Amino acid sequence: MTRSRSNPFRRVATGSIFWWLFIFALIPNAMVVMVSFMPRGETEFVELGLTLESYGKLLDPLYLQVFWESFWLATLTTLLCLVIGYPFAYIIGRAPRHLRPLLVLLVIIPFWTSSLVRTYAMMILLGTQGVINTALIALGLITEPLELLFTPGAVVAGLVYTLLPFMVLPLYASIEKLDVRLIEAARDLGARKLTTFRKVIIPLTMPGIVAGCMLVFLPGLGMYYVSDILGGAKTTLIGNLIQRQFLSARDWPFGSALSVTLTLTMALMLWAYVVAARRAAQKVEA
Amino acid sequence: MQRYVNIAYATLVYAFLYFPIVILIVFSFNDSTYSLAWHGFTWRWYEKLADNDVLIEVALNSVTIGVLAASLATVLGTLGAVALYHYDFLGKRLVNGLVFVLIMSPEIVMGLSLLTLFVTVQKVAALISESLDASLGFISVLLSHVTFCTPFVIVTVLSRINGFDRHLIEAAKDLGASEFYTFRKVILPLLMPAVVAGWLLSFTLSMDDVIITQFVSGPDYELLPLRIYSMVKRGITPEVNALSAIMFVATLVIVAIAQALLKENKQ
Repeated sequence: MTRSRSNPFRRVATGSIFWWLFIFALIPNAMVVMVSFMPRGETEFVELGLTLESYGKLLDPLYLQVFWESFWLATLTTLLCLVIGYPFAYIIGRAPRHLRPLLVLLVIIPFWTSSLVRTYAMMILLGTQGVINTALIALGLITEPLELLFTPGAVVAGLVYTLLPFMVLPLYASIEKLDVRLIEAARDLGARKLTTFRKVIIPLTMPGIVAGCMLVFLPGLGMYYVSDILGGAKTTLIGNLIQRQFLSARDWPFGSALSVTLTLTMALMLWAYVVAARRAAQKVEA
Repeated sequence: MQRYVNIAYATLVYAFLYFPIVILIVFSFNDSTYSLAWHGFTWRWYEKLADNDVLIEVALNSVTIGVLAASLATVLGTLGAVALYHYDFLGKRLVNGLVFVLIMSPEIVMGLSLLTLFVTVQKVAALISESLDASLGFISVLLSHVTFCTPFVIVTVLSRINGFDRHLIEAAKDLGASEFYTFRKVILPLLMPAVVAGWLLSFTLSMDDVIITQFVSGPDYELLPLRIYSMVKRGITPEVNALSAIMFVATLVIVAIAQALLKENKQ
């Protein structure tokens, strides 16, 4: 639909975005990959050279443990968000039409609120003298305060709390679009509630489920300040480990190797999803 | 019956989302430093905030970066979305790919890659001339914030472009309008709600960012989230409660403005 290639507006529009992303996205990421293969320097951050040393370090059981724990916590967070979020998104997606904008707005407000503020709010709730402990003692259910803060459980609670809107919003978008006639058809044909849910509703809302899970799982691996504030020194996530390499331990090559590994793992998961989705689509056609 | 269960469940989830924030706001008015028991109403913590010059300076830094980054990202992202939709150009696939990568990649990965870039620039600048100072600070933070906001503007604007009538643009061109004139008089007005939404989203993303800022800000330049982070790490203080309450109310105002704009657009 364009006529002249030398149009100045066109050149500005295409050039600005291309070069910005080239300089601030492509080059930095290429540099990180390079740094991950370089030896750690004495005076500078890195020295010239080529080594697999940093990737070798990843096999250290200590770090493998961090990877494992981090993936486990992020998975748990994602599952909890899905289990809590799906029925919730379904209810607001099926609510009377005139109420829906308000109900969604109530989900958007926490979504727009600083995640740091919300993590801090969680801290107030979970502390030894926090709201939950104070209430339980007042009710006479416990005598000694429970140790809630600075546990892996607190980290998961914090992650679920900050990331739940990221699960609900895409789920809502796909549930709202759901064609009621398909559900009615399934019921008319004698499908039970559970069967309708499993065979009709879930497949139709799959895009929302996948988007929501991605939006929860990926930040769940990297939000180091949540585990830093709520998990104390006990819980180390991949994010904390990477941050430490860059901002205190000064081991840039190892930090870069961790980052590259994390990115590759995520890319692999995305790819697995794309392949699975394609298979499923072919199955439907066949 | 089912209906009441639904309402109860939804209320419970809303309570989960709001209860911690409400508690936080309530205790920002509590006249006690440590205890969570209610000791009476006070404005003390808000007064203390108003006297905290460092905090005010840091908050102003955040607003400055937020406004500048959101504005630059909105210009860049809107032009980018128009470019991606209307033009074929060398590297279009690369741009599409990078937008996707930036949205999907964890903030920490973006933070450390930008840090690597800025430190390298700094070293190269020092090699060229000793008077060249490219240390981390305002510029590196601004450039980073523009970088992580732009993809969100592109996505927001693209979703609106996909919705409107292509014939309008064809018509403008057939009537002899130049590409820039068409952009300014036809495309931009149609895109305006998405552009505004993109700006507001960028502003909140910028105001909220902890991770990327922590990587690229250097020791001499600080933004509000970083300051709150270090305050929170020292423990619960009513001052942080007050500050958080102010930030929550500010969010409410921004969301209200965004909703009003969207509504106006629909009519």
